[in-house]
Amino acid sequence: MVETRVIDGILGAYQNDAVNLLQILLKVQSVEPKNYVSEEVAMYVANHLDIPISRVYEVVTYFAALSHKPQGKHVIQICNTTVCQLNGFNEVLKWFKDALKINPGETTADGLFSMKLTPCIGACDISPAIKIGTNVYGNLTKEKVEEILSELRGAIS
Amino acid sequence: MKFITANFDQYDGKDIQAYIGLDGFSGLKKAIEMGPLATIEEVKESGLQGRGGAEYPTGRKIEQARIEKAERKFVICNADEGEPGTFKDRELIKKDIYQLIEGMIIVAYCANANEGVIYCREEYDWMHEHICTSILKCKEMGYLGDNILDTGFSFEISLFSGAGSYVCGEGFAMCESMEGKSGRPRSKPPYVKQEGYLNYPTLVINVETLSAITAIMKFGTSNFTDLGTPDCPGTKVISISGKVNKPGVYEVPFGKTLEEIIALAEGVKGDKRIGFVQIGGASGGILPESALKTQFTYRELKSKQVSVGSGAIVVADEDDNILDYLENVGQFFIHESCGKCVPCREGNRQLEILLGKFKHKTATIDDVKMYKDILDMMSEASLCGSGRTEPVPFKTAFTYFEDAFALGGSHEIL
Ligand SMILES: Cc1cc2nc3c(=O)[nH]c(=O)nc-3n(C[C@H](O)[C@H](O)[C@H](O)COP(=O)(O)O)c2cc1C
Ligand code: SF4
Ligand code: FES
Repeated sequence: MVETRVIDGILGAYQNDAVNLLQILLKVQSVEPKNYVSEEVAMYVANHLDIPISRVYEVVTYFAALSHKPQGKHVIQICNTTVCQLNGFNEVLKWFKDALKINPGETTADGLFSMKLTPCIGACDISPAIKIGTNVYGNLTKEKVEEILSELRGAIS
Repeated sequence: MKFITANFDQYDGKDIQAYIGLDGFSGLKKAIEMGPLATIEEVKESGLQGRGGAEYPTGRKIEQARIEKAERKFVICNADEGEPGTFKDRELIKKDIYQLIEGMIIVAYCANANEGVIYCREEYDWMHEHICTSILKCKEMGYLGDNILDTGFSFEISLFSGAGSYVCGEGFAMCESMEGKSGRPRSKPPYVKQEGYLNYPTLVINVETLSAITAIMKFGTSNFTDLGTPDCPGTKVISISGKVNKPGVYEVPFGKTLEEIIALAEGVKGDKRIGFVQIGGASGGILPESALKTQFTYRELKSKQVSVGSGAIVVADEDDNILDYLENVGQFFIHESCGKCVPCREGNRQLEILLGKFKHKTATIDDVKMYKDILDMMSEASLCGSGRTEPVPFKTAFTYFEDAFALGGSHEIL
């Protein structure tokens, strides 16, 4: 878990008010190295907002952007809806599977990458598209996928 | 054709002084000069209908919001843009957010609401900072905050991030998510406009609708109604994507044919023919190439069982398989169904099974009946617009692509 004072800061920015639960959880998850809301964090947030932990889990498990399981440092979201399906989603998925040796929903052994399928990310004009963190990548080719991955790997070491 | 998108590429979308230089906030000033009632009449006069999909007359909507009496009242800009194939709100935010904010101020001023929220989808998190900065700049310039332009009217806007749920584009689901709950629609009545966010009257309105209001106030209603057709005035911002050469956002006057609109995107890739198009998002109708002479107006599309919806046009070519496409649409809804009501939650699963049978040519006459029954049941008995409109692509595909739904086994001729 990140330091409690970081979470306290987030809670404070949202007036310790449970009405802001969704924004709080999004922020908390974004500062967690493993991109998820752990049980420990869920408990901490529930206690400080004075709500049952089930309420936190209701929200964490409902929304696709939140995760209750640890994720990789980089979560690769591959769009699999209509436009991307027409424009080569199946190939894009294969390129990532081959490069990372994981399936959607899994994380690489080194904890660097998770792969996730996602509905339209609003980048249909550059489809097939994916999103990693706050970056959107489109018009993907095999070379581009390799480039993206090596860039992200490079940024770590 | 540029009316709502007139400012696109005229400035960087960030510099508020540049926006003002382009006559920015003149729409708001005009609204203040005219007063709320006359402004509402002006919007009614323009014939503007909601661009979020429900097509509700915008002037009437603002009028109804004004009538509501409550301690607090909210205006929520719906920037959830979740319909697959849609990205026009993205461009309106990226390239001319001040027009959007100005629209919110005009609407709030007319509805007498003091609190505003931009509910932006999480997938657009890369624009969240841009939104917050722009709000701050408007505040610094006195367009937001207390006593705006010496009117005595106060209005604040904040940003709320969605979290990857399509259904949260629906008014009540949106309110629920903003209240820190899972975003599931509530049953109506009461309506969002009466008891929405925190049970206060809430006006939920689409990005493009707001942007259009500003443009109408700025350029004048008659300049808007001069465009389009008499029964469907004005322009529409359309997202075109799929197998076209130049996918993108195009503003077109209502009344152009689908063919003409697709030509703006420079036609189909690789010298192929169009196989089918889907109009209005994943819940929109699917039409064959032979229907592309249809005019893009609310009424003409309706005559083909299709609606404007989110204003998306997804183009598939002759080699694309309609059943694969439908299966993909179905999977989207299985993924996004909130599960609160049976018709949508279970209907989706049954549809998946039936589509599988059509695909493998093993469907029987009973399966066809079941397919139709499930779709009727979903459109009539679902709790929210998601389940109610989802049958549209399945029904239109069935109507226009009979061959794909051929029965299996002994029924197979040839
Ligand atoms: C499942 C569902 C998803 C929706 N998603 C959106 C959306 O992403 N953006 C939007 O503006 N309206 C969306 N709507 C329509 C809104 O509920 C609402 O009608 C609209 O925002 C009102 O604004 P308008 O009058 O300007 O169209 C959705 C409706 C449903 C039922
Ligand atoms: S129609 Fe679907 S999305 Fe809407 S309330 Fe029912 S289950 Fe939820
Ligand atoms: S369908 Fe993939 S980005 Fe829109």
